[in-house]
Amino acid sequence: MSAATSPAATSPRGVRSRIGAFSDRHRSTSVFFGVGLAAMALPLIVLLPPFNSFSGQGVWMDGFTIAGIFILLALGLNIVVGMSGLLDLGYAAFFAIGAYTYALAASPFTGIEISFWPMLLIGAVMAAVFGIMLGAPTLRLRGDYLAIVTLGFGEIVPITILNLSRYTEGPNGIGGITAPSIGDFRFPTTGNPWPYYLVMLGLIIVSMMLIYRLQDSRLGRSWMAVREDELAAAANGINTVTTKLLAFALGASTAGLAGVFLAAKLQTVTPNLFRFDVSFTVLAMVVLGGMGNIWGVAVGAFIIFMIQSVLLKQLNIFFDNVDVPILSDIDFLQYQFLLYGIALVGMMLLRPEGLFPSQRRKRELHTEEDADFGEHGDPMGASPE
Amino acid sequence: MTSSTVTAEARPNRFLVARRSGVGPYLFILALTVVMYFVLGPKQFVNALTIGAIYALVALGYTMVYGIIELINFAHGDVFMVGSFVSLFVLTNILGATGPAPDLATIVYQLVVTFALTMSVVGVLGVTIERFAYRPLRNAPRLAPLITAIGISFILQNVVQLIYGPSPINTPQVIPPSARVDMAGVSIGWINIFIIVTAISLMIGLQLFVSRTKVGRAMRSTASDREAASLMGVDINRTIAITFLIGSALAGAAGVVQGLYFGNITSALGFQSGLKAFTAAVLGGIGNITGAAIGGFMIGFVEVTAANFGFFVWAQAAVFMILIVTLVFRPSGLFGQQLGERA
Repeated sequence: MSAATSPAATSPRGVRSRIGAFSDRHRSTSVFFGVGLAAMALPLIVLLPPFNSFSGQGVWMDGFTIAGIFILLALGLNIVVGMSGLLDLGYAAFFAIGAYTYALAASPFTGIEISFWPMLLIGAVMAAVFGIMLGAPTLRLRGDYLAIVTLGFGEIVPITILNLSRYTEGPNGIGGITAPSIGDFRFPTTGNPWPYYLVMLGLIIVSMMLIYRLQDSRLGRSWMAVREDELAAAANGINTVTTKLLAFALGASTAGLAGVFLAAKLQTVTPNLFRFDVSFTVLAMVVLGGMGNIWGVAVGAFIIFMIQSVLLKQLNIFFDNVDVPILSDIDFLQYQFLLYGIALVGMMLLRPEGLFPSQRRKRELHTEEDADFGEHGDPMGASPE
Repeated sequence: MTSSTVTAEARPNRFLVARRSGVGPYLFILALTVVMYFVLGPKQFVNALTIGAIYALVALGYTMVYGIIELINFAHGDVFMVGSFVSLFVLTNILGATGPAPDLATIVYQLVVTFALTMSVVGVLGVTIERFAYRPLRNAPRLAPLITAIGISFILQNVVQLIYGPSPINTPQVIPPSARVDMAGVSIGWINIFIIVTAISLMIGLQLFVSRTKVGRAMRSTASDREAASLMGVDINRTIAITFLIGSALAGAAGVVQGLYFGNITSALGFQSGLKAFTAAVLGGIGNITGAAIGGFMIGFVEVTAANFGFFVWAQAAVFMILIVTLVFRPSGLFGQQLGERA
């Protein structure tokens, strides 16, 4: 779905470029139909072999809903890493803040009952506030400091949650979180996966539309300018600190949103859900998908989530059955993070623009070829003038 | 003290003038040390110095690499962790040590072999990482080497985890923890003395190497202006490789010491200690060797103080707060001459 709708500038003519041109002009429409079609197709695809043999449709759709959470996270991290070029290694912390905000606002633990829908916004705002508190001192410095400070923050937040048992139930986590409801209809925890699925679909569509609008706005162009050359951006009158801070806060708020949804979906939150693994997985999604490309990141997130939750498990089952001596002893799930590590290093060395590159980012990352790149990325192209 | 830093006084690409550190930081540290001695008592004071020495050794690697190529080497904490596992391998699989060695000759023999092998293996590991993961990206956007660094960190951690498993592993404590000596009425473990002396001699050695030798001068000139240095005939690639070799070898030494002192190691070590050592480097002024050493000791004090008063679980949080506070109020660190780049 991404190849068809993402801006394709590979060939000057043809259907692909027409679709590309259309989606450039009507981004919101193409996001709506692209994501919508994919979301309608997925529940049908899993009814076909071989997918139907892995698990039933309901289980698949629950999986897709969780994948949606990761797509949201990747979209948010993409604002920080992809669009603004800041490395955030503690992204899961904001995810945790969103989740615990909802957990504290709608569970028997505190006795408060606030509806899910306003909490989506409140969770996002809470995460953004923490993002600003963390970003304000750090973003004045060089970008690398942000990476290490966020790494520390990502470590501290679960530790704090773990040890502040009075307010967070510590390692047991907060359970019995209220499910969302519309009027009298309360979302079912088991059985019918559609309500959560559709809400997630809505969240993704709205976020993608907003992020596309942001990308094309003055702020989005400032992000790109700061990413490509901070000095030049500052010299051109961009307030780089505010720009970076906004990127960081907006990225954090997306994670907060995803966190609220996670808490509502699982109806229980524990500090272990938000360890460094999550930050790292989302980073791998953004890098592999193609930093800066909104569609690429979303598709990358979906693919990686499916690889880690389905493919590796199926490989285990497959090799157990066929009884290949060495391979059947390997627990492929154990290799997950090793694979991410290798993928990150390999990707940066061989194809830094990711699997689904954004055109601008690609040109930036291949600086040496820049000289003979025409305006449309045509290596033979004459100069624009 | 100004001639002893890796970083230059002025850089063409910085628009803030570098600043010399006066006596202030030294007085502050002296006062802090005295206060700590009375707060912690002699026993915990020595313990803090020992832990601090380990952090300082790791922090040196961060600071050297940052000083020369301005990269936060996220993998460095994991290089330290690999060092501790290499030393475990050398001690148990090559030397067959299982616990405290019976006599002094055995102790010396085992320690010399372990340090030599571990430091070489880990040094070569550092050079290899630089060669394959950082060098190709030296002129790429800043984000690229940072991402490979985090990738390398995960590769190292997971490879060790696949071999040794995720749970802590006991290491032979070659120097028996029970061997103690009375110093002015205070009983101090030989292991503490050994670690503090080893660490301080390695630091002095490094300081002399950087300030007195030809390679050290090449390192300083590369740090101050890579292009100008290469025009003056400095082999940049070789100099950077040597920096990684030394930094990683020191992390290897820290890894050996970690196993000897605590008696157990885990694959998560790199992540936990890496952050603390990095904080030490920032606190001392990243890019500054003396600063990193002193920062390491200060982090040791913080951690032991937190543990001493029953807040061990918050030690990590305290260290993190120090990192943030340093970045807010004195981004150049206590001894920093290279100021954080504004904008």
